[in-house]
Amino acid sequence: MYEGPVQDLIDELGRLPGVGPKSAQRIAFHLLAAEPADVTRLQEVLQKVKEGIQFCDVCGNVSEETTCRICRDPRRDLSVVCVVEEPKDVLAIERTREFKGRYHVLGGALDPLSGVGPDQLRIRELLSRIGTTLDGVDITEIIIATDPNTEGEATATYLMRMLKDFPGLTVTRLASGLPMGGDLEFADELTLGRALSGRRAM
Amino acid sequence: MYVRHLQVTDFRSWAHADVPLEPGPSVLIGANGQGKTNLVEAIGYVATLSSHRVATDAPLVRIGAPRAVVRTAVVHSGRELLVELEITPGKANRARINRAPAGKPRDVLGILRTVLFAPEDLALVRGDPGERRRFADDLLVARTPRLAGLRSDYERVLKQRGALLKSSGAARRAGRGGDISTLEVWDGHLARHGAQLLAYRLNLVADLEPLVAAAYAGVAPESRPAQIRYRSTLGADLPEGYGVPGGPRADAEQLETLLLESMAKVRSQELDRGVCLVGPHRDDVELILGDAPAKGYASHGESWSFALALRLGAYEVLRGDGVEPVLVLDDVFAELDRRRRQRLATVAAAAEQVLVTAAVAEDVPAELDAVRYDVGEGEIHRVR
Ligand SMILES: Nc1ncnc2c1ncn2[C@@H]1O[C@H](COP(=O)(O)OP(=O)(O)OP(=O)(O)O)[C@@H](O)[C@H]1O
Ligand SMILES: [Mg+2]
Ligand SMILES: [Zn+2]
Repeated sequence: MYEGPVQDLIDELGRLPGVGPKSAQRIAFHLLAAEPADVTRLQEVLQKVKEGIQFCDVCGNVSEETTCRICRDPRRDLSVVCVVEEPKDVLAIERTREFKGRYHVLGGALDPLSGVGPDQLRIRELLSRIGTTLDGVDITEIIIATDPNTEGEATATYLMRMLKDFPGLTVTRLASGLPMGGDLEFADELTLGRALSGRRAM
Repeated sequence: MYVRHLQVTDFRSWAHADVPLEPGPSVLIGANGQGKTNLVEAIGYVATLSSHRVATDAPLVRIGAPRAVVRTAVVHSGRELLVELEITPGKANRARINRAPAGKPRDVLGILRTVLFAPEDLALVRGDPGERRRFADDLLVARTPRLAGLRSDYERVLKQRGALLKSSGAARRAGRGGDISTLEVWDGHLARHGAQLLAYRLNLVADLEPLVAAAYAGVAPESRPAQIRYRSTLGADLPEGYGVPGGPRADAEQLETLLLESMAKVRSQELDRGVCLVGPHRDDVELILGDAPAKGYASHGESWSFALALRLGAYEVLRGDGVEPVLVLDDVFAELDRRRRQRLATVAAAAEQVLVTAAVAEDVPAELDAVRYDVGEGEIHRVR
């Protein structure tokens, strides 16, 4: 145990995902030794993300304004929506440049062990979005791009059941070939791109 | 296949050991507690990514050391692969194959195949069904390494569905509805993965049955005949002939439907108890001697021979698939009478590689004593 604020800092850092006690200590001492200006800058961005970043009204992605850049972009295809678990998955799919539609970020996946059911995900928002015509365009295709692991697959099945009765709606799932048990964000661009173009109807 | 070289660092009692090995029989001789089993345990770990003695990795790392390293050079059909594993308790293992980092440690499964028989195997006969399920699933993965994925997917779905049953059951008791539509999703996934696992296990038992019966008759010819039988939670709904030698191969799609039907019947009971009552996680491989179950009836020697017969059966199944696994016999000869020793030695002497450990050389029949290592005081030396 270190004294007061140093230990507090280590504790806070240790709460971050992927940061174990050892790394927390390393980062803490790195910050202690850093130039005051560097620390101030970090402090400012941290503050800004909390105050300035909100979630897009339409898709739930992180956004600087009430509607995110992708949802505002007139060149995007309004008829296709790709459903993902997290904002980082939007980035992963954007990197492939294969997808021209818009997104819907669920905010996670069905995960009873962590107490996450349909009500904790942005599923109701998705359903009302599908029922709404935007600029005269209806949503006609939903691509389910949840992670290829147990929780992601269960979420995909659940969505499929919810969506199958919408008239005129095609529901597809990212083609396999993605490594099973994986995380969408870690799939390389080529594999993910191929999975997108080879998506299959469920 | 055979292990041409074994090297360990900070594994169990060994700070370091460097052991060149050869095909054919080798024996490790040393007093109790000198680290013989530790060495063969390391070989088993490379093959299965688990120990035959402990469920967690912490005891595998030498006390006071941060991590253990095991390296094996494995020769198979004239090709040599170097497999290195770094075991750090509480963290994912790191694996390298021919010095290149493997994507996942699981990628090393299948490079080395072993069949290890040890005193702990008495639990196969006397222990809970879980011991026998693990035996079956370990053998499935040894046969078909990608099934490690199916096995862990099933475990995961099982945990998730169990959690949902608990919370939905509690909601129901509190007079709130509980979310049946999500439960149905997990039912479907449990049934799909469960049916596949079940089908593989049934087909495995069908293949294994005659081999185990023959192995038992081989080591214990004067005893009653041994038999193994798969017992499923599907009970009488299990299609006729599934899991029986010469019967039809199990069809996973059909089993999926049956599991779903069976789950629907016990739904309310499952919600009350908060556990999954149907599926391969509650099955057993029954061991039968004559007309009585081995568990609770077989003598010590019979139980021991049955456990050995299961391992020898596993060895033959793998051989039947076209790979000669490395046979490891840890401390088994001391437990057998002279005739059984002799019979086991005859089988083992024919293996491409067999590694035997014993406290005293006199326990090991002469035909297995080709290459001998003395183990003691933290060192291992080839003496013959
Ligand atoms: N993590 C560990 N760190 C240090 N020593 C360990 C560790 N795990 C086990 N040991 C030691 O290893 C020894 C046991 O080694 P092992 O089981 O290989 O013996 P053995 O030669 O097979 O003996 P036996 O003939 O009794 O079967 C014990 O003395 C035990 O204390
Ligand atoms: Mg031993
Ligand atoms: Zn948006």
